Amino acid sequence: MNTVLIYVEHVGGVVEDASKELIAHSIGLCDQVEALVCAASQDQLNGIVGQLFGASTVIGICDERLASYTSETVLKCLNSLIATRNPDLVVMSYSSAGMDLAASAAIGTERNVISYVTELKSDANAVNAVSQIYGGKMFAKTEVDLPAVVVMVPGTIDYAAVIEEKEIPQLEVVDVELGEVVRMTVVGEISPETDDVDLTKAERILCVGRALGGTENLAQFEELATKLGAELAGSRPVIDAGWLSKARQVGKSGTKVKPRLYFMAGVSGAPEHLEGMQDSELIIALNSDEQAPIFSKAHYGAVCDMFQVVPALVEKLD
Amino acid sequence: MKIVVVLRLEPVLTEQLELTEDSRDIDKEWIGLELNQFDDQALEQAVLIKESQGAHVTALAIEDEGTDRLLKTALARGADEVLQISVDDEGLESRSSRAMSPIYAEALREINPDLVLVGVVSTADLYGELSPYLGAHMGWPQVSAVSDVQTNDSSIIVQQEYAGGRAVRIEVSMPAVVGLQTATQPPRYVAGSKLRELLKVEIPTTDTSSQPMGDLSLNSVLELPDLSEGAEMFEGATDSVVDQIYSLLQDRGLA
Repeated sequence: MNTVLIYVEHVGGVVEDASKELIAHSIGLCDQVEALVCAASQDQLNGIVGQLFGASTVIGICDERLASYTSETVLKCLNSLIATRNPDLVVMSYSSAGMDLAASAAIGTERNVISYVTELKSDANAVNAVSQIYGGKMFAKTEVDLPAVVVMVPGTIDYAAVIEEKEIPQLEVVDVELGEVVRMTVVGEISPETDDVDLTKAERILCVGRALGGTENLAQFEELATKLGAELAGSRPVIDAGWLSKARQVGKSGTKVKPRLYFMAGVSGAPEHLEGMQDSELIIALNSDEQAPIFSKAHYGAVCDMFQVVPALVEKLD
Repeated sequence: MKIVVVLRLEPVLTEQLELTEDSRDIDKEWIGLELNQFDDQALEQAVLIKESQGAHVTALAIEDEGTDRLLKTALARGADEVLQISVDDEGLESRSSRAMSPIYAEALREINPDLVLVGVVSTADLYGELSPYLGAHMGWPQVSAVSDVQTNDSSIIVQQEYAGGRAVRIEVSMPAVVGLQTATQPPRYVAGSKLRELLKVEIPTTDTSSQPMGDLSLNSVLELPDLSEGAEMFEGATDSVVDQIYSLLQDRGLA
C-alpha cells in the first residue's frame, strides 16, 4: 500500500491522543503516512506538526473558519484532498468528528467504509480489519478492498511505543477552496461538568450500568461506594436515563479515568465505556451475562446477580 | 415544522448471542428485539420539540418483525404519524445502515421534512452510521453525537458532544439530519392501556424503488470473543464470591 491519509483532530492546537494513535496504526501498513490538519492559522499549524511524530507528511490547510470543527468545513477539506491525492486508505478515529465524516466522505468519494476497527493489517490490495460490534460482544473480521475509509476505536494501540525514535514530519501547506460556509456555525463551547464530583481525581470508583434499573435501586450502590471510599459513577445509559448526573459519566462522551480501583456492577463493557476506564489499575466486574465483553478487559470478574452480591459485600465491609 | 424520526429494532444484548451457520451474522431467530436506545432518545427529542415549539412528527421504520408494534409505541409516545417502508427480503444481502440508507433517503424525499432525527449509532453499524449516510444522500448538513436540539425558524442549535465531556453548540440550517445521542429529558413511559388503544390502528406502508447500497457484508465473518484469557473469575455462590472479592480488596489495601 502506498499512502494512508489520517484525519487529525485537535482542540485549539492540542492534538487528541486518538489521532496520534492513528499514526501508530498506519505505520507499517504503507510507505507514506499523510496527516491532514485543518488549522485556524499558520502558527497553530506549526505547533501541531511537532506533535505528530511518525507521520511522513503533515498536509496543512489554514483558514480562520477552521478554528472550530464543523463537518461542513472539514468535509470539504477532506473530500478535496481525497480527490486530489487519492490515498489508498483514509483513517479516522471513532469520535464525534469521525462519525460525521467517515460515511459522508465515503459517499462523496465512492469508497467503502469499515468502522469500530481495533486491528488493521495490510494485505496486497486490501486491508484486513477486526471490528467490535454488538456492544463489543462480537468481532467482525472483514477484508476491505482498497481504496477505503477506516474508523479506528481509540485506546487500541500504544502510540508512544510505536513512534519512538521517529522524526517530525514534513509540512506541506495546501489551499482548499472552502467556498461559502453557510450551513453550520459554532455558537458556543461547553466545558466538562464537574459540579458535584471530579472523577479524574478519584482513586476508587464504583461504576453502575443499565442493569441498575432505576434510582429506586441506587441506595445500596451508594452504600457500597461509601464503604469502599469510592466515588459513584455510571455508564452512558445510566446518565441518559437521568439516574446520575453527567459529571459522573465514565466513557467516550464522559470522563476518562485511571483509578486504583474500578469496581463495575452491571456494566456490559461496550467499547465506548472501555475507552474511558481501561487503564484502571484494578478492574473488578460483576455482570449477570457471561458473554459481557467487560470480562475480556477486567482483571477479576463474577457472573452473578449484583443485587445479591452488593448488599452482601456491604455487610462484609462493615 | 416537519420532523422525521427514524426507528430501528436491535437485538437485546443482554441475551446470549449465537452465530448463524455461515458466521456472517448473529442468529436472530430466537433473540429478543428492542428499540435502538439512541433512536429511543431521538423519538423523545422529537416529541419534546413538538410539545415546546410545535412540530409534526413522523416516525419512520423499515418493515421487519416487530415494526408494527414499534410504530404503535411511537404513536402512543406522541408521534403524529407513522410510516413503514416495505423492502423485498428476497436476495437482500444486508440490512446495514449503509445498505438501507438509499431506501430511507427515498422515503425522506417523499415526506420532505425540515429535520431528521436518528439515533447516533446502532450496535451493528459495521459499515458506518445511518445519520451521515442520510445527510450525504440528501445533500443536507449532518451532525452526529448530539445531546440537545433547539429549533428556530429556519435553523436548529445542537450540542455536539466530544471526548472528555467537552461539547460545542452549533447552529445548523435546515433541512438537516441529526444523529442523536441523548435527548434533553429521559424517554417517557407509555402506559399499557395507551398501547392497547392503538392495537387496531393500521400502520401505513410505502414502497420505494431504491436499491440497497453495497457494503462489505459478503467480506465479513463474525466471531465470538475468546473470554478465556480475560478476567480471573470468582466462582461459587454469593457468599463465596463476596469472600473472594473481600480478600482481593484486602490484599490490595483497598478494604
